[in-house]
Amino acid sequence: MSHHGELSPADFLPLEAENQGELITRPSLSYWQDAWRRLKKNVRALISLYLIAALALFTLVGPIAWNVDPTLQDLNQISQAPSLPKLATLVENHIPWTPPVDPALPAIPSEIADQVDPVSAFRLAETASTQAVRLLWDGLSTAGGYNIYRNESKPEGFNDLGLPLISITAGNQIGYEDRLSLKAITYYYSIVPSDGFDEYDQFTSIKVEPVLAISIREAMERNILGPAQDAAIGSAITLEFHPFGTDYLGRDMLARLMEGARVSLFIGIVAPFIYVSIGILYGGFAGYFGNRIDQLLMRFADFVVALPFLLFMILFKIAFGIGPGESGIFPMLLALVLLLWPATARLVRGQVLQIREQGYIEAARILGGKPRYLILRHIIPNTMGVILVTLTFAVPSAIFTEAFLSFIGMGVAPPTPSWGSMCNEGVKTMLSHPHELFFPALFISITVLAFNLLGDGLTEALDARMRSRE
Amino acid sequence: MLSYITKRLVAGLITVWFIATATFIAMHLVPGDPLMNQKAVSAEIRLNLERKYGLDKPVVEQYFIFLGNMLTGDFGISYTQQNRKVNDIIKDHFPVSATLGILAIFFATLGGILWGAITAVYKNRLPDIIIMFLVILGISVPSFVFAALGQLLLVNLNQLVGQSVLPVAGWGTFSHMLMPSMVLGLSTMALLTRLMRSSMLDVVNEDYIKTAKAKGLSPLRIFFRHQLRNAILPVITVLGPQIAAITTGGFVVELVFAIPGLGRYFVQAVQQLDYTVIMGTTVFYGSFLVLMVILVDIVYGFIDPRVRLQ
Repeated sequence: MSHHGELSPADFLPLEAENQGELITRPSLSYWQDAWRRLKKNVRALISLYLIAALALFTLVGPIAWNVDPTLQDLNQISQAPSLPKLATLVENHIPWTPPVDPALPAIPSEIADQVDPVSAFRLAETASTQAVRLLWDGLSTAGGYNIYRNESKPEGFNDLGLPLISITAGNQIGYEDRLSLKAITYYYSIVPSDGFDEYDQFTSIKVEPVLAISIREAMERNILGPAQDAAIGSAITLEFHPFGTDYLGRDMLARLMEGARVSLFIGIVAPFIYVSIGILYGGFAGYFGNRIDQLLMRFADFVVALPFLLFMILFKIAFGIGPGESGIFPMLLALVLLLWPATARLVRGQVLQIREQGYIEAARILGGKPRYLILRHIIPNTMGVILVTLTFAVPSAIFTEAFLSFIGMGVAPPTPSWGSMCNEGVKTMLSHPHELFFPALFISITVLAFNLLGDGLTEALDARMRSRE
Repeated sequence: MLSYITKRLVAGLITVWFIATATFIAMHLVPGDPLMNQKAVSAEIRLNLERKYGLDKPVVEQYFIFLGNMLTGDFGISYTQQNRKVNDIIKDHFPVSATLGILAIFFATLGGILWGAITAVYKNRLPDIIIMFLVILGISVPSFVFAALGQLLLVNLNQLVGQSVLPVAGWGTFSHMLMPSMVLGLSTMALLTRLMRSSMLDVVNEDYIKTAKAKGLSPLRIFFRHQLRNAILPVITVLGPQIAAITTGGFVVELVFAIPGLGRYFVQAVQQLDYTVIMGTTVFYGSFLVLMVILVDIVYGFIDPRVRLQ
């Protein structure tokens, strides 16, 4: 091969340098920008972020917007189910009613009849309210008295008349006032004539639906009506509003949930922050120095990991003690931190050991990077991803631990509410008033769910390998 | 192999010593002592009692006495339950907790592997979506809520049938154990399902699955022999810590279902500062957990030849 064709001098000129190959066509993104971009694409993670924001709002702004004292007990309103605002009619203070007597009738009939007619015209004297139900009837000349019963369902027969209210032993008394814990539901009143001792087998029933009424005195006592405000009798006023109902002491559930959120979220977020920080320091120290120090430090961490978690949680919680009037939040925090730091320490140490050997650290060191620069610029930022994920997953487990301890009665001391202690109280009345268990459990679940989903999203977003799969 | 096990056992013994010491220190940090619960004790009687139980000695001496007794396997006599040996309390009530825990682990593992495999097979289709939703629920709802709901379910079931099909609370027969152990295993089951699913999906992309397909093996054989078997490995690794979580986490379930397990005695002992019972249960549980973790590691070495035990 000696012939190479014609060559011109132009072929020997150097080529123009082309920079095209090095051109960056995609916008440059930092690690965190990239992670944030991926997180925003993840619908579930985004929903969890909104949920967490809503929870923060509920905890921080909630008590300002819903300004109800969570410790205020109202024994008139125990274990009320969640409801819309209730309206009540304002009525005069109660004045005792003297039952009317029919002068035409004898108090004791001259002779005891074998048989009498049923009582006729059994009726209301005035509109029935929850303050009082006033009954009237036409007396029987042959009766020596009347027995009055109240039932919440329609009486089917003589044995189904319900609660005996009174035995009247005067045949000429033709009225009776019932004030026995009246509610705004349907009642069936029955009247049975008697000879003064024994009942005749006749009864008459009426259906009564008392309206919800509140007297002026009651309204003022319950602070629904200001003293200066003179509302007209018969006007409708709004009773205390409990959107989530009340608990077994009549405390507002919504206010307690907000107060409980402060406790639960405080422990759930602050404890992981502290122990993850300690873990970073401890693990980073061990990982950076390596060898003997590493061995020693990690062996100690292994011991702490081996402690049976819940047993020691309880033991420490008691050991750090609750003085009178204290809520017990601090001992719980301390116990969590003391028991859980080694997990993060192990993780961070592993990361540091791994990163220390990476090519880019070597490169940075060759380029003259000082240890301080290497740690701050390269090692810590590269462990941050894993740490952030750990932190996110640590929150739900801390919340669970708090709830668990409060549930078995070893958590925060009453009256401080936490979601766990509210569950503990609610589970006792689970069958009759399920809302007392449902709401705190729901809040725990939502919080745990949100942080779990966020943790999943962060794991995916921070995993740089995912970038190449797109 | 043998030297590995010996090494682990020695390390385990040191860990148990650490647990015992930590318990001892934490216990003595609590203000008061077990005799505080005795009513109207005069100073003289109190002194006698202290002498009887050795509480008059310095704390350091008490610690060494305790360590010496522990070495012979004697945890002493309970302070609050008259003449009851701590060893007897453990012997009577640990089997209950253990039975509950083993059943729970059984349910959790079986369910986790099954559901995880199903979700992986039906990836992103309806069964996957439904099961994964339930898994999220299982992870997010606290166990005491499940326990309460489980009881409610039993009440309604028994009412519906008109007789007691499954007892709502108590302990004794297998029917007593069914609901509590399922409730106890629920969160672990959810966790294992998630793990199994991702592990199954990882395995599908492995080269040996391609090889098996290329060899013309039947899909069923590939699924059971290659995919499922390899996917189970990570599940077994987390089983150690999960056993720990379940055996100690049984308190709530024991409490709600009125089961006479050891957890209840521990809580009671802490409240009454019953030193010997606290020490006994903690050291016992600690050794049990340490042993469990070692056991799982050894089993793992048998199942996965790639893991060399050193």
